[in-house]
Order: sequence, then C-alpha cells, then structure tokens
Amino acid sequence: MTTTLPGLLDTDAIRKDFPVLSRVLHGDKPLVYLDNAATSQKPQQVLDALNAYYELHNANVHRGVHVLAEEATALYEGARDKVASFINAPSRDEVIFTKNSSESLNLVANMLTWADDPFRVGPGSEVVITEMEHHSNIVPWQLMCQRTGASLKWFGLTDDGRLDLSNIDEVITENTKVVSVVHTSNILGTVNPLEAIVRRAHDVGALVVVDASQAAPHVPLDVQALEADFVAFTGHKMLAPTGIGVLWGRLGLLEELPPFLGGGEMIETVTMSASTYAPAPHKFEAGTPPIAQAVGLGAAIDYLNALGMDKIAAHEHALTSYAIDALNGVEGLEIIGPKTAEMRGAAISFQFGDLHPHDVGQVLDEQGIAVRVGHHCARPVCLRYGVPATTRASFYLYSTPGEVDALVAGLEHVRRFFG
Amino acid sequence: MKLDSMYQEIILDHYRNPHHKGLRDPFDTEVHHVNPTCGDEVTLRVKLDGTGADAKVVDVSYEGQGCSISQASASVMTDLVIGRTVADALKVQEEFLHLMQSKGQAEPDEEVLEDAVAFAGVSKFPARVKCALLGWMAWRDATTQVMEGQK
Repeated sequence: MTTTLPGLLDTDAIRKDFPVLSRVLHGDKPLVYLDNAATSQKPQQVLDALNAYYELHNANVHRGVHVLAEEATALYEGARDKVASFINAPSRDEVIFTKNSSESLNLVANMLTWADDPFRVGPGSEVVITEMEHHSNIVPWQLMCQRTGASLKWFGLTDDGRLDLSNIDEVITENTKVVSVVHTSNILGTVNPLEAIVRRAHDVGALVVVDASQAAPHVPLDVQALEADFVAFTGHKMLAPTGIGVLWGRLGLLEELPPFLGGGEMIETVTMSASTYAPAPHKFEAGTPPIAQAVGLGAAIDYLNALGMDKIAAHEHALTSYAIDALNGVEGLEIIGPKTAEMRGAAISFQFGDLHPHDVGQVLDEQGIAVRVGHHCARPVCLRYGVPATTRASFYLYSTPGEVDALVAGLEHVRRFFG
Repeated sequence: MKLDSMYQEIILDHYRNPHHKGLRDPFDTEVHHVNPTCGDEVTLRVKLDGTGADAKVVDVSYEGQGCSISQASASVMTDLVIGRTVADALKVQEEFLHLMQSKGQAEPDEEVLEDAVAFAGVSKFPARVKCALLGWMAWRDATTQVMEGQK
C-alpha cells in the first residue's frame, strides 16, 4: 500500500533521476536513504553536467585566451549567477565559492580576525553563537576569540529543542561584534526565529552570520529577506558534488574586509614587497577553484528550481509531519528536538529505549536503512539533553512515506534483536 | 546473516550483564577515554600490585556509556586482564588489537583471547573497531601511567 499525503512531490518520477536510490543492499534490501542531513544523493542531471564539463570544456578559469579556458570560465561564472539568483542576492559579486560551509564560516571568522576598525574584534568584544550550532559554527569562533582576546557567549536551549531567547538583550549587547547562528539545526531540526536575532544584533551594530547548511537545500532562501550580513551553505547537501560551498556576504563588507587566503586569482598586482587585491568575490577565492563542482552546483540549482523550492519545502513538511506521528507511536522512542513539524526541518533525532544509537544504526543498516548515529558534530546539544548520541533520520525531496514506514518497521526489528 | 557475525551471543550476553562494571576503590590511576566519532565514553580505574612488568593486575573497574560493542568489549577485557601480570595482560591486549585491525582476515587464538574471539566479526566493520577498542585502550593507557609513575 502506498501512502499519499497532501503536498507530496511525484517521488516516483523524481527517484528515477537518482541512480543510487535503486541500489539493493545486503542481498535483497532496497536502499532506504535517510541520511540526507549528512549529504544528499545526486541526480543524473548533475552527474551529466560534471561529465560534460570534463569531457568537453575542462580548463583553468580566468586565465588563458583559448576556447576551453573561455568556456570553463563562462561555466564557472555562470554557476555563480545561478547561485546569486537562487538566494536572491542583490549582486553576483556577493557570492564567494568555498569548499563547504565549514570553510565559509572559517572565512568569515578570519576576515574579522584580521579586520581593522570598525570591524576589529579584540579584548572586550563579544561573539555570540548558540548551543545548537554544528561544530563548524563553534570552533572557528573559539579560535577567533583565542586569537583576538574576544569572549564567546551563546544562547541556550529550551527543553523542547528551541533557542532560549528570553535573555536576548543580555546575550547580545553593545559589546557584541558578531552573532553567528544556525538557520535550521542539523541535529534537532529546529528552525530558528532569525528575525528577532537579526534585529537585536543590528540594533547594537553587530554583524550577523547565518549557517544555512540545512536550509538552502530545503526551503526558499532569500538573503535580502533574511537581512543577515553573511550566509554560509554547502553544495553537497543540495544535490551538488562535495567540494563546493558558498559564502554570501554584503558587498560593502566584502569590499572593506581583508582577504584570508592569498594566492593566484585573488590579486590585482603583485610585487616582491606587496600586493593589491582583486575585487570581491575573487579577493576571497585564492588558487584554482573547484570548477567542475561549481558547475555541478549550478546543475543542482537548475534541478531544484525545476521542482520549485516552495514545493520541495511543502513535500518535506508533509513528510516530516507524517514521520513525527509515526515515530511518536513507536514504544520507547523519544524525539530529541521539537515534537511537532512546526518551525522544523526534515531531520529528526531520537533516542530508542536505552539502546545506543550505534546499535540501532547497525541493525537498521542490515535492513538497508541508512541513518546517522552519533553526536552529529553538535556535541553540546547531546550534553544539553543528557544523551551520549542520537539516531537521526533526515529526509529530502525524494524521500517517501514508504521509507518512513520502513524505518518504523526497522526499529521494531531492532527492538526484537536486542530484546 | 552478516550482522550475526558482529553481534555474537557472547557479546550480547556481556552487554546485558557486564562483568566488573562500576568504579571501585582502591585504585592507582583513573583515565577517561572517548570515541569522538560517536560519543562513547569510558572512565576506567586500574589497581596494580607490584612494580614493572611483573606487577599483577589486581582490579580494573569502569563506568561508561556506549554501544553494545564498546560495553561488552570492556566487560570481556576485565575478565582477561584481572589476575594477570601486566606483561601477560599486555600480550592479550596486543593480540586483541591485532585481531581488530585485521579487517576480518585474522584467525583469532581462542587460547589467548577466550570470549574476546567473539569480536572477530566486528573487525569487518571499520566504523565499529574503535568501539571495541575503547576499553582496551583506556586500560593500556591507565596501566602505562601507573608504571610510569613507579619509575
């Protein structure tokens, strides 16, 4: 029996585009891929774009006058145009290609570590993050604070997996220079009320960085509506290859802030004693960039746009509601994070009785079901909720109610196995 | 089924009824080890009698949280090292390490490893090898610290 829910995409058609989804594991178990918050699978259209790039156009970009160099440059810069349009950036020059979200966040932290006034961060300055950040939005700021003498502060979490903003005026103060916050938690699934944070941060003159790694693949992302100063996300979670990420930043800031990595392509002129720099975004893209990967990201964006980000969001919302209801019906299972689908993404973490997530994940794997187990690079969240680790199921545009049913059946098998 | 080669009944028995669990006095040193990829943790105490390699392992006690593999492996480890000399216990530890690094290729020596042979299947699952080694590495670290302190 196939479950249908209002708002679902035509997953039968979509799944035909993803070769890996037809894999059968352990003899006769169809792959049930529920690890989309870790990385997404890739449609044939993206694989074809990568192949076509290497088969027909491969060259280094922004140098050389031959045909291939010009084609490669046009494809690479064309991908930048697609990203800019995808996130409604006012200017294509605000889109910096990186290798992933971690690099994007490290890049912002390093721009600010080396910045002069009025952006200088030093003793007495405060940097604000939250307790639900991925390690990639914690460690760069810890490093920055160690190097500059600034202090790190953070918002705590409520028992139901939301940000505790009750003390927002004490956390974000006149001393705050940067607030860096996750749009959608990779472990809790929580979607954060960024508007209140952005308003308070801007009121005190602080810059706002948004980690949109779990948002860009799943919901319409409009950097102008967000009103943040920097937004980071990664390609591989949104159908693109690994090795390509994005940092969007306000052009005025990118013009003012210093480069981090030095090298080829980021310069204007170089002498043995000093250099001047290319304008943004190239100022922040030293060395040969991930060209094919950027082209793959462009193809991924085409695929997402053809489906429509609003429709993808509706699909995942319907599926998440269905999954939360189904998982709440599993005896001994406790969801770690919001227990309804409101203001929530498509990643659901849970505890299953007193079984360790490793054991849960291993026995699910034996049934062809791929979930993530561990602390999901968000160990402070596990500490906050007193769990060593969680099991996480996360959905994407090709996920189906049938896969949720398979997960529930799989968990019953896990219970019997260790029973 | 392949999974059964990892979750042997011996392993599940030790998981459900772990041996020597709980932190006890007296002890010479205490260590805390974690498996950062998954959040498994163990706090482990060692009590030796004597000095050097001939010292006897009088007690190993531990508390931890983790998967069945890490918990069962710690339980089996205490059975194997308590009552032995440090030198003998280290030989067992090395044999177990060799087994876990074998990717399923080693033929475990049941004379040496006793219940620990049940972990041979775990060595085929790279993500789980660290789980099986957690307690053993904590014991080795603690024992080394005690012996260093005796110098």
